Amino acid sequence: MNFELSEEQTMLQGSVARFVKESYDLNQRNTIVAQEHGVLAHHWQTFAELGWLSMPFAAEYGGLEGCLVDTMVIMQEMGRGLVNEPFLPTVLLFGGLLQASGNSEVKAKLIPQIISGELQGAYAYLERQSRYALTDIATSASQQGGDWVLDGEKTVVLNGAAAQKFIVAARTSGAQSDVGGITLFLVDGAAEGLSRTIYRMTDGREAANITFSGVAAEAVVGTRDDGYSLMAPVVDKAILAICADALGAMESLNARTLEYLKTRKQFGVHIGSFQALQHRMVDLFAACESTKSLLYRAVLTADAVDDDAPRSLLALKVMVGRAGRKIGSEAIQMHGGMGMTEELVVGAYVKRLMIANTLFGDADYQQGRFVELVNAAKMGELKLESGTG
Amino acid sequence: MDMHFTQQELAFQAEVREFFVEALDDDLKHRVHSALGSPELKDTMNEWHRRLNAKGWMAPAWPVEYGGQDWSATQHFIFNSERGKAGAPAPVPFGVTMVAPVIYTYGSEAQKAYFLPRILSSEDWWCQGYSELDAGSDLAALQCTAERDGDSYLVNGRKVWTTFAQHANWIFCLVRTDNSGRKQQGISFLLIDMSTPGVTVRPIRTIDGIHHLNEVLFENVRVPVENRTGEEGSGWNYAKSLLVHERLIIAEVADSKRNLADLRELARAEVNGGLALLDDPLFSKRLADIEIDLMALEYTELRVLASAAEGGMPGPESSLLKMQGTDIQQAIQEMRMDVAGYYCGTEQGELSAAELGHENASTAQQLYFRGRAVSIYGGSSEVQRNITAKFVLGL
Repeated sequence: MNFELSEEQTMLQGSVARFVKESYDLNQRNTIVAQEHGVLAHHWQTFAELGWLSMPFAAEYGGLEGCLVDTMVIMQEMGRGLVNEPFLPTVLLFGGLLQASGNSEVKAKLIPQIISGELQGAYAYLERQSRYALTDIATSASQQGGDWVLDGEKTVVLNGAAAQKFIVAARTSGAQSDVGGITLFLVDGAAEGLSRTIYRMTDGREAANITFSGVAAEAVVGTRDDGYSLMAPVVDKAILAICADALGAMESLNARTLEYLKTRKQFGVHIGSFQALQHRMVDLFAACESTKSLLYRAVLTADAVDDDAPRSLLALKVMVGRAGRKIGSEAIQMHGGMGMTEELVVGAYVKRLMIANTLFGDADYQQGRFVELVNAAKMGELKLESGTG
Repeated sequence: MDMHFTQQELAFQAEVREFFVEALDDDLKHRVHSALGSPELKDTMNEWHRRLNAKGWMAPAWPVEYGGQDWSATQHFIFNSERGKAGAPAPVPFGVTMVAPVIYTYGSEAQKAYFLPRILSSEDWWCQGYSELDAGSDLAALQCTAERDGDSYLVNGRKVWTTFAQHANWIFCLVRTDNSGRKQQGISFLLIDMSTPGVTVRPIRTIDGIHHLNEVLFENVRVPVENRTGEEGSGWNYAKSLLVHERLIIAEVADSKRNLADLRELARAEVNGGLALLDDPLFSKRLADIEIDLMALEYTELRVLASAAEGGMPGPESSLLKMQGTDIQQAIQEMRMDVAGYYCGTEQGELSAAELGHENASTAQQLYFRGRAVSIYGGSSEVQRNITAKFVLGL
């Protein structure tokens, strides 16, 4: 049993934290978010130089073969600093799907470009009607001549504006919500028939709705009709990463709220001397610690053979939704009127946490899946005691 | 970061699992679980204690020289998890978990030599004399006095909420030996033989209908000075360090896991509109709320254990465990009442469960009403929040 980071992981953590400290303080962040795409191009280059973009990839493509803990460390620090650069959509989703697929030719060509920082990507999976169901896909792909041709619309595609290439989930057989019959395609951003409607997420990250009208795909990623088996584990890892990002945000936000309680004076005393606020602050601290515990649990049991892995992951996502909302709304409340202003970064954290809740399924949705999983667990494993047990 | 068990740890887990299966046979298991309200409580628990002790596992957390085990934090975790899974009760805590650490840390050689073996063998049963009617959360306000008289103290006062005083032959007490300074100063830690003239135990009837609480009166009780543990006037510090042990125990994560699994099976068996109550979406949702909190707490406990193994004693984070652990226990108890439906309001009395019409209502009531105490004793949830605010958050 060991919850310590390795020496390399501590260095990685320090390296991301240093970037945030030197290049991403609140003033700098405001400037960055005001840029055309909400990011600075040279930051992405810095990420490449520091090796962060190579973290999850196989050595044969130039990757560092990092583990889940490495990803967690990077994302937690990025969440703490509210970094908007598209590490999640490009490296973990687009890159993660490529890495998990068997297309050695495409992998050999594209992964080195991700690692060098030349190529940005995005994963287009969501549709207006899907809500949180990964399999509710109406976008279709049909074979015309030698090509696969895509028709449909994907929404809220993170990094959908800057992405040069997409992986698109489309239906190649079956009914609209079937698990089978989904195929993932590699699509070039400049392909004919692809158009983007670009907007910002509330935390400043860029997203897009993308329409495909007879767009020819470059390649099938993974196996035809079996896209779900390819996407599900990549999405699970992305959920861990999103939760690590959220934990970093919660820790930072709680630290700010606590500092405010210690410095803000009313009635001639620090407001943190009021027991009503002290107890609420303890509950926020507890919510953050519970999130951290579940994050560690989900990361450390990810390869468990029993159902501890999916249970822990779902529990974590539920907790991130619940704790994030509580920590966010209490932070605004305890900051009073100042919490409502753009002068403080409180609101930006709240927005980040709201988005983390919705990405790949909010707390209610994942709690529903959690219930299904645990209620279906085999009966009779435990014999019932009648007493105090 | 790593949570995989080593080969040795897996072998240890198998040994522990096998022990609990063999040592806690079905007959004893049934009796320990129905012992609380029964006059056989002490004999039954002692039977269980003796089986633990025969294996050397009555007090694994003690230092090896006094009969503990040289286990890692992981081994302690494995032991406690398997205990919970097996539905095996922890030993009655007042001797082995609560007074013993004070004795082996601060006690005289004579106290260690006399008391520790008697705790291991269950020859002595202890109870805790802390709270008084006017000293609850504000424990340091206690007024039970011990006046020096030659080689002994004369103790006068009244202790309340004393669990199992009716079974105990020793009581460890916080008493006031000095009234002149700060109230935390002037408190001493005394070990008192319950058979000393002037000690009276009176039962307190509680809402669970079971006699476990008492008040203990001291009228000119003569206690030899050598029964003081540590320095005169330092009792408060000893008690505080003991409370950390107590809080870790009170979190009862392994037991809550077991109780939640039981609750799930009860809900699966309970018919609700032709379906299992477990399939009711609102019920399932609330059950999942608890389970998710418990999964988190399990790892919080592991984190505290791991950091305690690195740096010695667990710190004020144990307050968080106590607070969240007791919230979860009570949430499980509440849902167990909900499973019983109408029957959670019925008095079974002398009727059999079959005559009453419900198998589990009576147990649910006992657990629920008795369980109201867990967020009160060992420092109420509000006190735990005060401690966390002050010592962890610096407020």
